[in-house]
Amino acid sequence: MPILLKLFLSFIQVGLFSVGGGYAAIPLIQNQIVYTHELMTLEEFTDLITIAEMTPGPISINSATFVGTRLAGIPGAVICTLGCILPSFCICLILAHFYYKYRNFSGVQTVLSALRPAVVALIASAGLSILLLGLFQAEKQNIVLSDFRVVEAILFLGALFILRKYKASAISIIFGTGVVGTIIYLLLGIPA
Amino acid sequence: MKAEKKKSVILWTLFKSTFLLSAFTFGGGFVIVSLYKKKFVEELKWLDEDEMLDITAIAQSSPGPIPINASVILGYRMAGIAGSLTAILGTALPAMIIISIISHFYTQFRTNHIIAIALQVMRAGVAAVIFDVVLNLGKNVIKTHRPLYIGLMIAAFAAAVVFDVSAMLIIIGCLCIGIIDLLISLKMKKKEEHV
Repeated sequence: MPILLKLFLSFIQVGLFSVGGGYAAIPLIQNQIVYTHELMTLEEFTDLITIAEMTPGPISINSATFVGTRLAGIPGAVICTLGCILPSFCICLILAHFYYKYRNFSGVQTVLSALRPAVVALIASAGLSILLLGLFQAEKQNIVLSDFRVVEAILFLGALFILRKYKASAISIIFGTGVVGTIIYLLLGIPA
Repeated sequence: MKAEKKKSVILWTLFKSTFLLSAFTFGGGFVIVSLYKKKFVEELKWLDEDEMLDITAIAQSSPGPIPINASVILGYRMAGIAGSLTAILGTALPAMIIISIISHFYTQFRTNHIIAIALQVMRAGVAAVIFDVVLNLGKNVIKTHRPLYIGLMIAAFAAAVVFDVSAMLIIIGCLCIGIIDLLISLKMKKKEEHV
């Protein structure tokens, strides 16, 4: 089987069976690429995950592009990403169609209303994890209090204040904390 | 002609917004969803808040990357299938560009000190954006004054943070509670009609 076809079929499976976001996709990609097709070593794969987590963008798209580029250049990157996206596209298009057809029925609204507070809670929990990662550089189960980072805490509070008071845009805030934080660390000369 | 022009403006805004948000998003699907909420509900006023939360629930429960799922639905809402394709392109392209460049010298990238600092401090900014969005969303849940909804929010948060219950299970659980709530209200309505 040509490698591009192999990659495409592998990543369709990754896209189709990873329910619940990027971290659910990692073991599936590992299974396809490292074990089933033996296209990468486990060490290369671990590097890949580190990079995919460090760089912006959806983790599974990052991993798909990374695997594709390493194994078959730019065409590989495109094929892997397409494979990963294709099932999402078909399924979500159908769901979106039905959602907009039926969302105004009062019964559907009653059911969805019970779902919304849970979604708010899930977003809050994602926010808390990333805050802890920012303040302690560790997942919540491995937090050591003495690792607390004052600079990040000040950046967080400052950014939140600007957001609440001036309704700043998300991108300017994220970019701004990146620039200001990096300058502070470089001036202080503290290794991050 | 005018409608045609308006559609191309929507598609361009859709592409630009999804591209920029995707380029600056670190972490899982709920991170980008809160950025979408800020951009498309608060800044552009394209969607209402409930709609965004519904889209989030659908995106989370469907297979595949959550940001891609959310952009398919969002794009479909704004401009049909063309909108979906535009939003997917905007979401996937930054990741593809950044990764294909990095994959050629990833060891240098991984060990670069300044990049490490920038990526670390940016988390504080991302967290601030999410908290801002959550404060707005949470306020509106409390404003419903329905103990069921406020209780569900607290219970779901505890389940996710303290007990590590998966997002999928929490959503399915609340879906069931919503259906029970619907059945009870239908039954009560029927009783009232009989009286």
